[in-house]
Amino acid sequence: MIIDHPLLGPRDSAEFTYMGDAKLIDRPDPDAATAARDFYDYAYLRDNPAGWHDELWFHEQGDRSWLVVTRNTITHEIRQVRLARDVARARGRST
Amino acid sequence: MSQKNRISGGQIDRTKTLNFTFDGKRYTGHPGDTLASALLANGVRLMGRSFKYHRPRGVLTAGSEEPNALVELRSGARQEPNTRATTTELFDGLTAKSQNRLGSLRFDAMAINDRFSNFLTAGFYYKTFMWPKAFWEKLYEPIIRKAAGLGSLSLKDDPDVYDKGFLHCDMLIIGAGPAGLVAALTAGRSGARVILADEDFRMGGRINSETFVIGGTSGADWAVTAIAELGSLPNVRIMPRTTVIGAFDHGIYGAVERVGDHLATSETGKPRQILWRIYSKHTVLAAGATERPIAFDNNDRPGIMLASAMRTYANRFGVAADKRVAIFTNNDDGHRTAADLHAKGVKIAAVVDIRPDVPRSLDYEVLHGEVVDTKGRLGLTFAEVKLGDGSIRTLECGALGVSGGWNPNVHLTCHQRGRPTWNETLAAFVPGGTLPPGMVVAGAANGDMSTHRALQGGAQAAQTVLDLEGPLPDLPQAEDAPINVTPFWYVEGASRAWLDQQNDVTVKDVKLSHQEGFRSVEHLKRYTTLGMATDQGKTSNMGGLAIMAELAGKTIPEVGTTMFRPPYTPTAIGVFAGRHRGKDFHPTRLTPSHKWAEERGAVFVEVGNWLRAQWFPRAGETHWRQSVDREVLATRASVGVCDVTTLGKVDVQGRDAAAFLNMIYCNGFGKLAVGKTRYGLMLREDGIAMDDGTAGRLAEDHFVVTTTTANALPVYRHMEFVRQCLAPDMDVQLISTTEAWAQYAVAGPNARKLLEKIVDVDISNDAFPFMACSNITICDGLRARLFRISFSGELAYEIAVPTAYGDALMRKIMEAGAEFDVTPYGTEALGVMRIEKGHAAGNELNGTTTAANLGIGRMVSGLKDSIGKVLSQRAGLNAEGDLRQVGIKPVNPADPVPAGAHLMKATGPVDAAHDQGYVTSACYSPTLGHAIALGFLKDGSARLGERMRLVSPLTGVNVDVEIVSAHFIDPDGERLRA
Repeated sequence: MIIDHPLLGPRDSAEFTYMGDAKLIDRPDPDAATAARDFYDYAYLRDNPAGWHDELWFHEQGDRSWLVVTRNTITHEIRQVRLARDVARARGRST
Repeated sequence: MSQKNRISGGQIDRTKTLNFTFDGKRYTGHPGDTLASALLANGVRLMGRSFKYHRPRGVLTAGSEEPNALVELRSGARQEPNTRATTTELFDGLTAKSQNRLGSLRFDAMAINDRFSNFLTAGFYYKTFMWPKAFWEKLYEPIIRKAAGLGSLSLKDDPDVYDKGFLHCDMLIIGAGPAGLVAALTAGRSGARVILADEDFRMGGRINSETFVIGGTSGADWAVTAIAELGSLPNVRIMPRTTVIGAFDHGIYGAVERVGDHLATSETGKPRQILWRIYSKHTVLAAGATERPIAFDNNDRPGIMLASAMRTYANRFGVAADKRVAIFTNNDDGHRTAADLHAKGVKIAAVVDIRPDVPRSLDYEVLHGEVVDTKGRLGLTFAEVKLGDGSIRTLECGALGVSGGWNPNVHLTCHQRGRPTWNETLAAFVPGGTLPPGMVVAGAANGDMSTHRALQGGAQAAQTVLDLEGPLPDLPQAEDAPINVTPFWYVEGASRAWLDQQNDVTVKDVKLSHQEGFRSVEHLKRYTTLGMATDQGKTSNMGGLAIMAELAGKTIPEVGTTMFRPPYTPTAIGVFAGRHRGKDFHPTRLTPSHKWAEERGAVFVEVGNWLRAQWFPRAGETHWRQSVDREVLATRASVGVCDVTTLGKVDVQGRDAAAFLNMIYCNGFGKLAVGKTRYGLMLREDGIAMDDGTAGRLAEDHFVVTTTTANALPVYRHMEFVRQCLAPDMDVQLISTTEAWAQYAVAGPNARKLLEKIVDVDISNDAFPFMACSNITICDGLRARLFRISFSGELAYEIAVPTAYGDALMRKIMEAGAEFDVTPYGTEALGVMRIEKGHAAGNELNGTTTAANLGIGRMVSGLKDSIGKVLSQRAGLNAEGDLRQVGIKPVNPADPVPAGAHLMKATGPVDAAHDQGYVTSACYSPTLGHAIALGFLKDGSARLGERMRLVSPLTGVNVDVEIVSAHFIDPDGERLRA
């Protein structure tokens, strides 16, 4: 596969390490009353969709950016690649 | 022996003669021959034995789809089994042997299997080797293993070199037949970067095998001219002997170039084969078509081959399959073979056509009928024909060309889930559904069977994908005969009619599997093994599908095809490995003191990719334990030095560096003073321990984090995840400096005295106490880092210098330490000392243990958030009686306490239900004079002093042990604070 890195352009997927569901960005609030339940969901429960999926890829053999790659798990088509940091900011992790 | 079947013409160089041997017998051929064509020229029809029944077999095809003519090529270490004679380019001195025989090829003792064919039907193994159960391992499996497989391996190291390479292009063209050549010309002339790959050594595809005229010249000559023009274009790369084996994601193709297979041995300095990864914007698949046979009784005798192959041998190689041949066909193309061979003076016994409206010929007899049986033990002698009126006619012939129609080579269109569609006119599957992105198909692969349509399709494909303006280029005149085929798959018979000749699957087997309930085409394939041989059923699958469809009362498209998967043709494992073999299997990382350690005769051990000194044997030491015990005792008595460069190091800088460390470590770092180091434990988010190490604070905004050697990479990856994904706006930067600093542990009572001779600063206990760290200089000005940390439990320091000075520093330490008898120690002594001190390492941080298990549960700070904190507080990880790290020593000092053994109560049952814990790390402690161990024990902290049994039923261990503190040495830490 070829991943179109937002900073470096198209790179072979062999340069990356895969970590799976990008929901790992949404780490729950450890002080919430429901923290125990929230962290259980966060640590253990993943969707495994046949289709579009936001995934975390680490450019380990490159610039060490974490990316959020929107990939179709059936066709391997990739329609969007973002810096995970930008995604994290957009999801309100800028505190 | 003369080449008795060599006839005129062909694209071979008759001015040169090549010598070769087959089964030890000498033959001759010419450049341009394949092994198969040369054998046929010499009148050799028998080339192998079949897999199951050991039936005599000859060539079926003239290409990579060959199921039968598989040989062991070359000898010695270069011997390669299952090599297709039909694609093996002849070279001088070639040696080949037939395979899958017991005795000689002509008298194969295993041919007895053929007599028992009634038992060896589909599912034979599943039905037969069921019982008694005990027979499987001792009897059945060895016998089956011996009988399985065709050729044999040399069992020697492959002396050849294989390589990998990367190519990029605008357009990859797969197949250099008429469609591929025109596509390449059209694209190449437009300036596009083109790669033209063909599996054959001679480009031109099918036209090299035909007598067609293209643009007023012979097809073969037209191809030569086209290749010459392409060769003159700098933007076109022509790759003969290159098979595109797979279509992968996003326009990436795998291709194997056979650089040296046509030579006796590969040229010095050149690889035998190269695995290319081709990145292509567009792809034109022009892979042509493969003829399929018709099944009839005893259709597998040497001499029976595809009609198109017979034509290839005649037109391209100047070889007659025999002096007297017959043809059996269901379509017009079969008649071409008769016409071409007749024109070359070969006697045509008859053409047998299943169609009533048979095209007539003035030159030879054409019969309406079916071939119902054949004769000839080691080669065809007679074919029996049942004529349209029901009468039987026997034809004397040494070769029979069979044509059942043509299948487009759709394989690569299906590598990305595409499924082909049925074309009624061709009675064949053509590309359909979703093609791999960027791929178009042209020529016979697309079902465009005439030369004219192939040329047109190739030009059109190139223009379309490259978005070229204007009309199609002028194309040369070429034949445009229509397809005229009547689907016909097998002749009803009483005996056996072969579908898959390589795996010995007959029409009967397919019927039997249907009868036994294997109705899905995927089940049929696996039950009968149809199409599962090295030829992947290129000539046999269609027949099987058609029979399935007939039995199920369905149409062929309703039955569907099995999945086509890479590689397109068999590929040597060596080319996938490339240069990654032996010591190059992975990179080897050497520490800065490696050369010095080598000079001292160190024994090395692989740790990850690193080579680390394991111990340093001295003269007279005959056992590793002698060296390790000495290193431990010498270090504890005076001073030792160990290279710890391989530990991961991460530089953490920024205003929020301390807050960041608070996040990744479960214990607190916010209040760590500048100039101090602290032990840190990282948890995974699920509360399990991930890694541990130390972090030193060199400045308010600057920490140096260390990780274990094995986890350097994953921990760094995790830290970047926390930084970028969880805390995107923390002011913190990370960089791995593992390789930037050489680092040595100097440990033992004389460690300070030794280092005082090297460093430029005051390192007295007051000025530089336990857990201090600092940027310093050594040797009058060289920048360095000093940490007062101890893994061994002794007064110890770790000193780091830029890697370039690593070798020099080690030599300096040895020189300065001479007066203290400084002793270099390796990873074994390091391990012994940390067990003696009770320090956890990888065996204890094994992916199942928590901070509480490790006995440091109180380290998890409740005052701050950190990765893993919330889930580490789960009830399930904090139950009464959970495992705790303990020390274990034998009651009888002579007994061992091996790692992996389990702890049981002193009395009571010994079984898994009564398991109390287990040993994680064990060693002989030279300091204490007996074996010691670390392990985990239920409620261990409360059980110190308890007598237990340590058992390992597997290895026969049963030892009385005592549970003790994990800190065998200096439990109060007086030494390291000295």
